[in-house]
Amino acid sequence: MTVALSGEKIASQIEKKFPESVIESTADSLLVKGDWLLEIAGYLKTTAGLDFDYLTAITAVDYYDYFEVVYQLTSLKHNHSLVLKTRCYGRDNPALPSVVNLWRGADFQEREIYDLMGIGFEGHPDLRRIVLWEGFDGHPLRKDFL
Amino acid sequence: MEVGEVYSSRQLDETEGEAINELIARSQQTIPDPDQWLDEELKRNILLTSVDAMIDWARRSSMWPVVCFPACCAFEFITTEASRFDLSRFGMEIIRGSPRQADLMITAGTLTWKMAPQVKRIYDQMAEPKWVIAMGACAISGGIFRSSYSVVPGYNRIIPVDVYVPGCPPRPEALVHGIRMLHHKISKMSIAREAK
Repeated sequence: MTVALSGEKIASQIEKKFPESVIESTADSLLVKGDWLLEIAGYLKTTAGLDFDYLTAITAVDYYDYFEVVYQLTSLKHNHSLVLKTRCYGRDNPALPSVVNLWRGADFQEREIYDLMGIGFEGHPDLRRIVLWEGFDGHPLRKDFL
Repeated sequence: MEVGEVYSSRQLDETEGEAINELIARSQQTIPDPDQWLDEELKRNILLTSVDAMIDWARRSSMWPVVCFPACCAFEFITTEASRFDLSRFGMEIIRGSPRQADLMITAGTLTWKMAPQVKRIYDQMAEPKWVIAMGACAISGGIFRSSYSVVPGYNRIIPVDVYVPGCPPRPEALVHGIRMLHHKISKMSIAREAK
């Protein structure tokens, strides 16, 4: 079975490499600053011993004050997994860097989050709506969507 | 031979041979044709009915459904189609992939606004005369998804519906009942144009 790695252990490893990039870490997850997302994601993917070569899923949560984007990472090589989280602020144009260049599987999922949550992903090659039609007003998975 | 004996292969062959010879002896005469009672006079007879009755009978006896199964009601439709409920009884076992060969649209499932133009186009491509059965709560009113931003609240927003079959999903008996109701409706149709 896939072993879920402790966020705390990996946090200490990342803190050494990228100081003050981790906001919070628990046994289940690792919450990092949005500015550092690409660097940390690349580090998790390429570092020997971690090798998170597979992105299982991306989801987003609306907490009113901020959006939290959750990356479920898996290493097929070592059969372990990690939950990586980050936050973005503002309701008009919240944005995060895109991870499509690291994991191609992020393409459609980032488009879905853009469509339903309204979070922009900078650097995405083809960011447009995927589920709803062009011209739809609003982002229906937001808490304030009625 | 006695019952309970263990027979040799030769004995079994001999028993089989006896049975065959017996059947041959009994089958020297041909069995009469069941239609033989129709004499020549009756065969030349003519049945009279109205054109409407004839055409309505033909139309309702072979309604071919088009493929329009966007969601889970399709499984109840498949059950209706399959051997236990057997839609062939109504001459509608053929599900048409092409709307041009279909008369009936059974709208089995939730329709989203994104899918709606395609369903409308399929309906428009069907040749007249054509009918629509709205199957299930979603097809009638949008069902539990009615207040959703993306769901069409009832197929009758985009295409005219002839028969509504409620249920979530309706059981095959209910769908068959709806089909029978549509048969009844068709049997009252007339090909003559109404006077203006």
